[in-house]
Amino acid sequence: MFKKLAFTTALTLAAFAVQAQVQAQAQEPRRGGTIRFTAPYAASFVSNDSHVSNQVQDEIYGYGLHRSLYKWDAANNKPVPELATSVTASADGLVHTFKLRQDALFHNGRKMTADDVIWSLTRIMDSTKSYPGARHVRRIKGAVDVEKGQAKEISGLKKIDDFTIEMTLNEKAEPGFFFFSAITSIYPAKEAQAPDFFNKPIGLGPFKFVEHVPGSRIVLERWDKFYRAGKPYADKVVISPMGEAASRDIAFRNKEVDVSILGPTQYVAYKADANLSKGIIEVAEVFTRNMGMNPNFKPFSDKRVRQAVNHAIDSELIIKRLVRDKAYRATGWLPLSSPAYDKDMKPYDFNPEKAKKLLVEAGYPDGFEFEWTASPNESWGIPIAEAVIPMLAKVGIKVKIKPVEGSALGGIVSKGDFQAYIWSNTSGPDPLTAMKCFHSATPQSACNYAIYKNPAVDKLIDEAGATDDPAKRLELLKKANAAVYDDAPVWFFNYNKAVMAHQPWLHGLQPNATELALQHYEDLWVDASSPAAK
Amino acid sequence: MLPYVFRRLLQAIPILLAVAALIFLLFSVIPGNFATSQIADGRSAIDTEAIARMNTQFGLDDPVPLRFVKYIGNLVTLDLGISFRTRQPVLDSVSERLWPSLKLALAAMFFAVIVGVPLGFLAALKPGSWLDTQSMVVAVSGLSLPQFWLGLLLMYTFALLLGWFPSFGYGDGDPRYLVLPAIALGVAPLALLARTSRAAVLEVMNADFVRTARAKGASEVRVMRWHVARNAMVIVLTTLGLQFGSVIGQAVVVEKLFAWPGLGSLLVDSVSLRDIPVVQGCILLIVLFFLVVNIIVDVLCAMIDPRISYS
Repeated sequence: MFKKLAFTTALTLAAFAVQAQVQAQAQEPRRGGTIRFTAPYAASFVSNDSHVSNQVQDEIYGYGLHRSLYKWDAANNKPVPELATSVTASADGLVHTFKLRQDALFHNGRKMTADDVIWSLTRIMDSTKSYPGARHVRRIKGAVDVEKGQAKEISGLKKIDDFTIEMTLNEKAEPGFFFFSAITSIYPAKEAQAPDFFNKPIGLGPFKFVEHVPGSRIVLERWDKFYRAGKPYADKVVISPMGEAASRDIAFRNKEVDVSILGPTQYVAYKADANLSKGIIEVAEVFTRNMGMNPNFKPFSDKRVRQAVNHAIDSELIIKRLVRDKAYRATGWLPLSSPAYDKDMKPYDFNPEKAKKLLVEAGYPDGFEFEWTASPNESWGIPIAEAVIPMLAKVGIKVKIKPVEGSALGGIVSKGDFQAYIWSNTSGPDPLTAMKCFHSATPQSACNYAIYKNPAVDKLIDEAGATDDPAKRLELLKKANAAVYDDAPVWFFNYNKAVMAHQPWLHGLQPNATELALQHYEDLWVDASSPAAK
Repeated sequence: MLPYVFRRLLQAIPILLAVAALIFLLFSVIPGNFATSQIADGRSAIDTEAIARMNTQFGLDDPVPLRFVKYIGNLVTLDLGISFRTRQPVLDSVSERLWPSLKLALAAMFFAVIVGVPLGFLAALKPGSWLDTQSMVVAVSGLSLPQFWLGLLLMYTFALLLGWFPSFGYGDGDPRYLVLPAIALGVAPLALLARTSRAAVLEVMNADFVRTARAKGASEVRVMRWHVARNAMVIVLTTLGLQFGSVIGQAVVVEKLFAWPGLGSLLVDSVSLRDIPVVQGCILLIVLFFLVVNIIVDVLCAMIDPRISYS
């Protein structure tokens, strides 16, 4: 009896041991195979030159091919030095000294030096090209002079030696937030000036360029001399632009692609499916959906009216029914993934009676009418406005929708040519930059779209920018965020919940709050069950 | 014949210029431009200085008449301009998309012709029969089905359920990638060709010369082949030309759905980012294709039917 029990126990333990070993092997990154990624924001990539395009679509391949001074650490939700081994800041926080990696090789085998970094950042400021990365590089002292054609070199960028750079900023800031995206990629200075360079570009990323079939795919293959030992794992990355969600859905279900960014409709379907629901990543991205109210339109100049709008709309209901829970209720401007997010803040309660009372106090007992500029976007456009109309009508506010095309919305809002608009705006990753959009010194065209002005908030933001204490900075920004929330320059609708479906064989995906579709491919790997495992 | 072709090509020039003018004016009046489209996704802001710089760089701050004169002037020298998005010549962007578009259009029309024309002929031979009724049901359905819905249905059935074809992409010359988009694009012209063929054959079969041929004792095969088919073909060819010419323009939806790298998908992306030179280049190319195909069809018609003269 005892022998039998001992034998059964031993057998069970052995089975557990084998299972544990199999699980451990399954979690062990595997080398080889092809990652089949999708780029969901358009039907094509703009260019082989990552400096040229402002579109996330192009960053998706840029993350494989190129590297910038920093990279986004999705796990810790902050930028970390990538092409530098260390970055030290001066006492005043303006001068940053970068010790560059000495093991970063371009895809032609040449070692990256300070000259490449300086040339790349200077190129971005080319006055004749209007590269989108200029908005970041402009933070370096003297960069604007190059942009205006008044200088050929950026005075705030100095080469100390081949592997040391000194960067002087115009104002105290954490440079990591501005130099981690592909639009500020570091190119090989000499090689990139060749006329045919962009037919087959080379970079510092974990994968080399193989081919770009415009409108069809970009193919990258492993760069064996990548500076992170043992990485990348995959042999190849094939990135297909697929702007149509329904096509992505079928391709994903047909196991032709490894990932798919989901819209609200698919999110519901995938969550309801026993198998598909196992491979879903959700992240609160740094975007705040909102209805900006123009204070130059008389009713919206009164804080009580703006607050009434926030109380009159049942945001929870719209998020649940229309956005299909693919969003988080906004409780301020700074989103859940912001380091300055205040979890103690409560959303405006849905309270039409309170809204009516506020309107009476503001002198609008019979309500008023406004024109709402909206694009057709399903998550922050006309469909949402249409759901809001009857809610506002109940408190006496009439709405007339002014439909505009998505590509025209930005221009209209930047010019102030609206009474109200609905949009999705970036609210991170840097909370200071995000809150500066509510600083009265920030022009409307540069993101202070609701022409917000509050000296107390200005003071808080200024103090946050001036302090050397990171904890104090966050506290000040939280206070500024709370003050803005109380002033209600916008209807605080929701924070985007980005959702990506992935196949069970793809591992290493990162919950990137800046944009979930942007993945560091060197950390991804496919197990043997992938159809493209070989 | 050559003078005729030359004359038709010359006639195409004012049409192209008129189309160019129309597109130019249309995109001059609609709101939004390339600079403002850059912030459409709300990810980044753009200050007025940057907008002004970009507008100067792309010549968008010039008065509309001046821009128009410049544009037409460049067009005359076959210079389609520089893409705002890629900063590369538009000619490069559109020419690399031309072959995939042609490939898709040819495949779609091949499918439409080999199914649609015989279907119409057979239906006309036995009017009112089961075959006639069914073929016309197919034709009407084909014309009514939205391409987007049909494409999804094809993807779902033949890629996901049966696994016969890939659901998307261009492949490396693998014809399997072409099948589903070609069917999705070819069904509407197929339906039209079937209806036109049927009507044409029925009309010719009742013509005096067919009755005369039969009265002279010509065999039914000979009557059908030399008298009916040949005469009906003129009408079918004309329809074919119109359909073939416009199929590239109609491919926008199908190309986007199947992630096919043709002019249509380039056009969609360029419109949304207000890359006007590329939009103009794509539309001009589509119009040019339409005109050339129709010139070829006219020549073919004249070759088939000597009553049509080149004058």
